[in-house]
Amino acid sequence: MRARWHILVVDDEEAMTESLAAWLREDGYTVDTASSGREAIEKARAREYAIYFVDLKMPGGLDGIETLMEIRKFQKEASVIVITAYATVDTAIAAMKEGAQEYVVKPCHPQEISLLVERIIRVKNLERENAILRRKLTRHYSFHDLVSKNPRMAEIFDLVREVASQRSTVLIQGESGTGKELVARAIHFSGDRGERPFVAVSCAALAETLLESELFGHERGSFTGAIAQRKGKFELADGGTVFLDEIGDISPKLQVDLLRVLQERRFFRVGGTTEIAVDVRVIAATHRDLATEVREGRFRDDLYYRLNVINIRIPPLRERIEDVPLLAQEFLDRLSHELGREVSGISEEGLRVLMDHDWPGNVRELENAVERALVTCKTGILGAGDFAFLARPAGAVGASASFPPGLTLQEMEKQYVAATLSRLQGNVKAAAEALGIDRSTLYEKIKRYDIPR
Amino acid sequence: MLARGPSSGPCETDRSLGIRSTGIPRVLVAPFGPAPGAVLSAMEGALGEAFRLPVQRLDAIEEPAHAFSPARGQWGSVAFLQTLLSRVPPGVSRFLGVTERDLFVPVLSFVYGQAQLGGKVAVVSLARLRPEFHGLPAAPAVLARRAGTEAVHEVGHTFGLVHCLDRRCPMSLSIDLPDLDGKTETPCAACRALLEGSREMRRTRATTEGGHP
Repeated sequence: MRARWHILVVDDEEAMTESLAAWLREDGYTVDTASSGREAIEKARAREYAIYFVDLKMPGGLDGIETLMEIRKFQKEASVIVITAYATVDTAIAAMKEGAQEYVVKPCHPQEISLLVERIIRVKNLERENAILRRKLTRHYSFHDLVSKNPRMAEIFDLVREVASQRSTVLIQGESGTGKELVARAIHFSGDRGERPFVAVSCAALAETLLESELFGHERGSFTGAIAQRKGKFELADGGTVFLDEIGDISPKLQVDLLRVLQERRFFRVGGTTEIAVDVRVIAATHRDLATEVREGRFRDDLYYRLNVINIRIPPLRERIEDVPLLAQEFLDRLSHELGREVSGISEEGLRVLMDHDWPGNVRELENAVERALVTCKTGILGAGDFAFLARPAGAVGASASFPPGLTLQEMEKQYVAATLSRLQGNVKAAAEALGIDRSTLYEKIKRYDIPR
Repeated sequence: MLARGPSSGPCETDRSLGIRSTGIPRVLVAPFGPAPGAVLSAMEGALGEAFRLPVQRLDAIEEPAHAFSPARGQWGSVAFLQTLLSRVPPGVSRFLGVTERDLFVPVLSFVYGQAQLGGKVAVVSLARLRPEFHGLPAAPAVLARRAGTEAVHEVGHTFGLVHCLDRRCPMSLSIDLPDLDGKTETPCAACRALLEGSREMRRTRATTEGGHP
């Protein structure tokens, strides 16, 4: 257990460094050494050590107190034990003033070192435990797998609790990657239907005929390849919940079929003649603005009203940037365990990079970013450099070319056109030139996508 | 110079040590200068019992004179380890030196012994294990028992064992004599399991039992 605690011994005298390191290794700690203040700072930037033993007198560079001050600039909680052969009250006071936790005079009694380290590690263990508990407590709005401390998310969690045991249809709206399915699952599993099936269907992933068969099932021989009877998602979810993701992408015909199911709770399998009754709650989700889709005639208004009984809008991550550190730590804790990487946290600089990013792909993009950083990280802490891949490519300032996975071509085009217009302060002529299209085509796209200028 | 000791059995020095693939003493014990035979025997017995390996004593070897620190009036233990390292006979798994000198490492005021963690050599000092060092009457049996426990502790480090939390285990940290006297000479179940599971011990046993090193 002690091996997980890393100790750094800093002394310009190799014999001193090695003898202390050897003693601590026999105690089971993982020990690194540094022969100068500069080397110690480099190592401390790469890994957070539980304890630093720093020699007070190191000629030709940073002395012990200067080294201690530098380390404390980026590791405020570092435990530093100053070691010296010069036992004077003044140096002891100076070291303690700068934050040294202890002060030992070499050569010291073996008991002194071992008990000192044991005492500090015991406190570190308690601090770590306390931090975990505190983190759990400060997640005021944590709910199922949803984590947030944003007030709007808190309202959503309250709403989820309220509607969990009702049968009303829920429409969840939000950009791709905001966690719409997690909210749907939270509704299902915290309600009366929690013991029954939760069946998710991605409507955007399948062609119309396949989706119809997927939702309602089919009879044997109803179409080429239907070699046996198959139950659809609605039947499989009987008593539970069907989650229809990307509902805004379904065809007009399926919109009619779905409306019928919602109104009558009955349907036919594809190619079937027997009506099947089910008790299913429907939760639908989309990244599209369904009201606009209805206004523009692409989505049936009667279906929209059937779906939109309870509406939940999840804010994009850039509008709840305070959640980024919390979510990043959550992903780090889970992924470091899954990937078997010993990475304990994210440095302040690393968090700054994460909080400065726009997160067009939202929480999913953040999770992917943490995973990528973990895989390539060479140290025990994720730093700014580990997230360098988040930097926008040169020339793309204000018009991010990074699109989250799952976007349709149309959505990508809309985002890119909007970003280009924004970058060029709404100048249509310049934007058309930048996009390589003529002005009338750009006007047509602005109108079609309802892009504000 | 490494030489055959009184209980050297089938082995001879260096090439003439005649170390063969069977019956090889896997742990050698050598005093630096004179050391009481009864104490050395107690150490060998404790080592044999704890590690279940053949143990053999060699004649005294010369202590490293440069290890002495006039400023401290003590002897640096690292120099003893270096001397042992330069004299490990081929095929021998562990080499323990025993000295009457009061040992130190630069950062500590004294050590009872020192080992290469996961290495081949270790040294034990009898100086502070003697009751008379602390102003008490000599007690050969007490010294022998302490020396046996300390030998197991240091050789245990060479097999990669670190300090154990079980105060009765010889691998627990001894920072004073009451600590040392409270320990048994046999590793606790946890340390024994670690020891038996270590690749190094498996390899050592395999060669002792006639396999290839």
